Amino acid sequence: MDEKVLMKGTDALSEAAVQAGCRCYFGYPITPQNEIPEYMSRRMEEVGGVFLQGESEIASINMVLGAAATGARAMTSSSSPGISLKQEGLSFMAALELPAVIVNINRGGPGLGNIAPSQGDYYQATRGGGHGDYRMPVYAPASVQELYDITMQTFDVADKYRTPVMILGDGMTGQIVEPIIAHEYIRPAEDLPPKDYILDGAQGRPSRIIKSLILDVREMEEHNWKLKRKYDLMKQELPQWEEFMTDDAKMTIIAYGTAARIAKGAVKRARSQGLKVGLLRPITLWPFPDEAIISVAKKSKIFLVFEMSTGQMIDDVRLAVEGRVPCEFYGRPGGIVPAPQELARIIERYWLQKEL
Amino acid sequence: MKTIYTRPKCLKPAPFHYCPGCGHSIIHRLMCELIDEMDLQGRIIGIPPAGCAVLAYNYFDIDICESAHGRGCAIATGMKRARPDKIIFTYQGDGDMAAIGTAETLHAANRGEKITSIFVNNAVYGMTGGQMAPTTMLGQKTSTSPYGRRPDVEGYPLKITDLIGTLPGAAYVTRTSVATPAKILATKKAIRKAFEVQMAGLGYSLVEVLSPCPTNWKVSPKDSFIYLEEKMEKEYPLGVMKDITTKKKDS
Ligand SMILES: Cc1ncc(C[n+]2csc(CCOP(=O)(O)OP(=O)(O)O)c2C)c(N)n1
Ligand code: SF4
Ligand SMILES: [Mg+2]
Repeated sequence: MDEKVLMKGTDALSEAAVQAGCRCYFGYPITPQNEIPEYMSRRMEEVGGVFLQGESEIASINMVLGAAATGARAMTSSSSPGISLKQEGLSFMAALELPAVIVNINRGGPGLGNIAPSQGDYYQATRGGGHGDYRMPVYAPASVQELYDITMQTFDVADKYRTPVMILGDGMTGQIVEPIIAHEYIRPAEDLPPKDYILDGAQGRPSRIIKSLILDVREMEEHNWKLKRKYDLMKQELPQWEEFMTDDAKMTIIAYGTAARIAKGAVKRARSQGLKVGLLRPITLWPFPDEAIISVAKKSKIFLVFEMSTGQMIDDVRLAVEGRVPCEFYGRPGGIVPAPQELARIIERYWLQKEL
Repeated sequence: MKTIYTRPKCLKPAPFHYCPGCGHSIIHRLMCELIDEMDLQGRIIGIPPAGCAVLAYNYFDIDICESAHGRGCAIATGMKRARPDKIIFTYQGDGDMAAIGTAETLHAANRGEKITSIFVNNAVYGMTGGQMAPTTMLGQKTSTSPYGRRPDVEGYPLKITDLIGTLPGAAYVTRTSVATPAKILATKKAIRKAFEVQMAGLGYSLVEVLSPCPTNWKVSPKDSFIYLEEKMEKEYPLGVMKDITTKKKDS
C-alpha cells in the first residue's frame, strides 16, 4: 500500500482517521470542511462504523463524548463558529479524561466571518477554549502527507493521555492536493494504556462512574493537579516542530500551518538573494515547542513571526524567547493568503532595517 | 419467611441527599427495582442530568456517565450508536430536558434513537433554588417569576412530551405521576415498558413523571402530593401519548 497517491487534504485526514480505527464520526455541516463529513458518511458505512449528522455542533461533540465513554475511537470536525459551540463538550471531555479527535478547519472571523483560510482561532485552540483549568494538544499540519500522518498520531495521543486532541488547519490545508504515501496505520511502539474506564455495563466488575462534578474543594484541587501533571508530561513528550535552514540564519521566521508553507517559499526567495533566513515551524501549537524556539533564538539575531491573523502565536514565541531576541510580526487576517513574494519583501525590509 | 420488601440490589446503601418528600427518591428506587427485576445491571448505562439528580451515581449501582446540562440525549445517542447492545437511559429534569436540552431531546426522539428518557417534571429548577422552568404553570410563583407565570411575559408551559408523542421516531411516550401508591406502581410499569421497547429496538421511549418538589413549591411534603394531583396533573394530564406496540396489535 506504500505507493504514492494523489490526495486532497480533507480526504487524507478522513482516510487516516478510518485507518487509525476511528469508527464513530459525528458532525454538523459547515464550510470549509464539509468534505470530511461527506467522506465519512460514505466510508463509515463501508467499514461498519457510525456516521451521524448531529443537529448541532453541541450535539455532535456530546455524541463523541458518549461514544468515547464506551471506548470507541471517535472524531468530529467543524470550522470556527462550530468549534465555538463545541467548547462546552471539550471542557467536559478534558475533565472526564475522555479521548477524541476534534478537527478545526479555521475560517475567517470573528462572527460568521468568511470561509477563507485563517489562523484566527489560535488562542481559542491553545488556551483551552472552554471553561476551566485544562489544556489540549493541538496539531497544525502543513502538508497533505503530514495531515495524514498526524491524524493517525492524534488518535494514539488521545488514548495515551486520555484527552481530546485538536487538529487545526484551514481551508487551504483541506483543499490542497498532493502526492502522499497513504500507508497503513502503525500501532505505536509503546503499548497504549488499557481502557479500564469505559462504560459497557457493570458485568463481572464493580460499576463505574465517569464524572467531573467534584464538590469537595480539596478533591477538586487534587484533580486539577492530577490533570496538570498529565499536561506537564505532554509538555515533555509531545512538542514537534520543523526547522528549515535555521543553522546559519540571522533571521528566523516562525510560522505554522498554511502560513509556514508561504514562509518556506519566502525563505527560499530570500536565500536566493543571499539573505541568511530560516524557518521554524511549530507542528504542535500546544504544547508549544519552547525548547526549539530557545535553541534557535541563540543563533538568530531577529525573529519574524508570520501569522494569518493579527498576531496570536507571537505571544507564545515571546514567552519562550524571554527577550533573548527581538520578535517582529507580520500578519494578514481576514482570509488573505499572501504570496511568498509579499513575505519575502517584508523579510528584506527587516533585513535592511536591522542592518543584518 | 418470605421477603416482600427489601433494598434493591443496585440501589447503593447510601442515604439520599434529596429533600424529604422529593419525587427523585421514589423514582430512583423504582428504577433500581426494575434494573434488578429485568437483570439489566450488567448491560445498562445511565446518564443523569445537571439538576438535583446529578448525584444519581451515589445511589444507582450501575455504570453512569455525567452529562452537561441538557446534553443527555446526545451522549446517549453516541453511546447507543457505538454500543447498540447496551441499554442506555437518560434521567432528566424539566429544565434539562425541555429548556437547555430541547434540541438534543427532540432530535434524538425524531431519529428514533433506541434509548430511554426518564423525564422528571417538577415544574421548577430544583437544583438552582426554584427558578422558573419551561414547565412552570401559568400563575405559578417561582423565584424568577415572583408575580406568577404570565403568558404575555413568560410564555406558556411547554409540553415537550406531547410534542415528542407526535414524532414518528418515538415508539413509547407516556406521562405518569408519583402522587399515590397506585400511580407509583403505574410509573414503574411504564418505565419497564420503556426499557422493553428499547430492548426490542422499536425506537425512542420516554416516561415523563410528574414529581413533587416540596422545597421549592414551598409546601409540606404531605401537601406536595395534593398539589401534584390537583395542580400538576390538571395541567399535565396523565396517559399514553404514543405506543406503537398497541398499534401493531390492532392491525
Ligand atoms: C450550562 C449550564 N447552565 C446552567 C446550569 C445550572 N443548572 C444546573 S441544574 C439547572 C436546572 C435544574 O432544573 P431541572 O432540570 O428542572 O432539574 P431539577 O433540579 O428540578 O430536578 C440549572 C439551571 C448548568 N449546570 N449548566
Ligand atoms: S429541591 Fe426539589 S427536586 Fe431538588 S431535592 Fe429538593 S425537593 Fe427534590
Ligand atoms: Mg425541575
